[in-house]
Amino acid sequence: MKQSDGMTVIVKTITRMSVWLIILYGIYIILHGHLTPGGGFAGGVIIALAFLNVMLAYGRKYTEQWLNVRIMYDLVSTGAILFLIIGIFGIALKGSFLANILDLGELFKLESAGVIPIIDIFIGVIVSMGLFVMVWTLAVFHLEDGGEE
Amino acid sequence: MIIYLLCFILFLVGLYGVLTKRNLIKIILSLSIMEYSANLFLVLFGYKRDALFPILEKGKEIQSMVDPLPQALVLTSIVIELGITAMLVALAVRLYQKYKTFDITKIRRLSG
Amino acid sequence: MIVDTWVIFILGIMIIGSIAAIEQKEMLSAIITVGIVGLGTSLIFLFLQAPDLAIVQFLFEIFAIIILVRAFIKPDYHKSEPSIMNKIVTVLTVLVLVAILFCSIDMLKALPEFGNPSMETSKYYVDNANAAKETHSANIVTSIILDYRAYDTLGEATVLFTAILGTITILRIKTKKRKSEEAIE
Repeated sequence: MKQSDGMTVIVKTITRMSVWLIILYGIYIILHGHLTPGGGFAGGVIIALAFLNVMLAYGRKYTEQWLNVRIMYDLVSTGAILFLIIGIFGIALKGSFLANILDLGELFKLESAGVIPIIDIFIGVIVSMGLFVMVWTLAVFHLEDGGEE
Repeated sequence: MIIYLLCFILFLVGLYGVLTKRNLIKIILSLSIMEYSANLFLVLFGYKRDALFPILEKGKEIQSMVDPLPQALVLTSIVIELGITAMLVALAVRLYQKYKTFDITKIRRLSG
Repeated sequence: MIVDTWVIFILGIMIIGSIAAIEQKEMLSAIITVGIVGLGTSLIFLFLQAPDLAIVQFLFEIFAIIILVRAFIKPDYHKSEPSIMNKIVTVLTVLVLVAILFCSIDMLKALPEFGNPSMETSKYYVDNANAAKETHSANIVTSIILDYRAYDTLGEATVLFTAILGTITILRIKTKKRKSEEAIE
């Protein structure tokens, strides 16, 4: 099958050079969610698009070797559970669900706003891994037994 | 007023697509058009003339800002839309695999 | 007032684009034409001073187009012949929708004027930037979704999680069954 072999050499080279930059940009957007526009949702989609870029350019088999997709399924659930655990810590320490339990810090600093950047990271994990897993499932299904029978 | 009207017309165009088209893909596309117009309607409510985006910057005094609440609500709703779109796509691919068609009238006939 | 002009202009393009997308015969062109509507929405968010939403909408549009194109592009997918019944239904629907539009003009007049929001709920967040002072987060939208209304966000994450599980379940069950059938045969 031609589709599983990926695209031309040009596309593969550009993808190899740019994919880590895209992931780095996504991480930047997630971490600066409380200072600049962006946050967990936008950064998560950027990271998912970087993985998707690899999948489209190199094909399914190579991506399966490069990434461990099973761990991604688990990371989605882990992100959701950690979000909940932070909420329960809020009950234990401050008396209300999802209360801001950490030190607030100084305005306009990266390590400020207490619990907000941490929740942002968890949301980024849920969104990026979840969306990639979704597209992965669609692609695997389509290649195995899409229109045949 | 005219802006709200145009936004509502966009919603009705999406509704027209959902009601009349028989192709499943067209129905999914029309649904997403309806979702866009609903999000847009919420954000149009929150716009305040001559106000700035609700993000503080260092060394700038506080000015009047647009309403941040609809923006926060729409931000979560956009993400859910994408999840729903992907799920509908999965359902449509499944249906095609079983019935060999995207035409909803034929799908109904075959199942009954 | 320049914002009004731009928003009306882009909304006009979006309406034309959506009609073109719905009436298009070719499926690939229809999917790409819906991109006009999504990117127009992103532009309008930028004009309405919502950079957060503009970024997210732009990225999600790209993602949605990739998903749709990847799933639905096959030449023999789409053959449907229009019937007379379908035409009658179309005409009736258009008439009903136009009637709804005319009836709703009064409703739209009752809304607050564009550019003067009531802002009763969010007055507290914005006045003197109370939200930033309480949570020490410079982005007030983030402080709302992750601190004041973090419960909403938890619900949203749950819905997204359920949608992912749903997609995996829909695409998986039959495949497993078919594999076991093949094994029996």
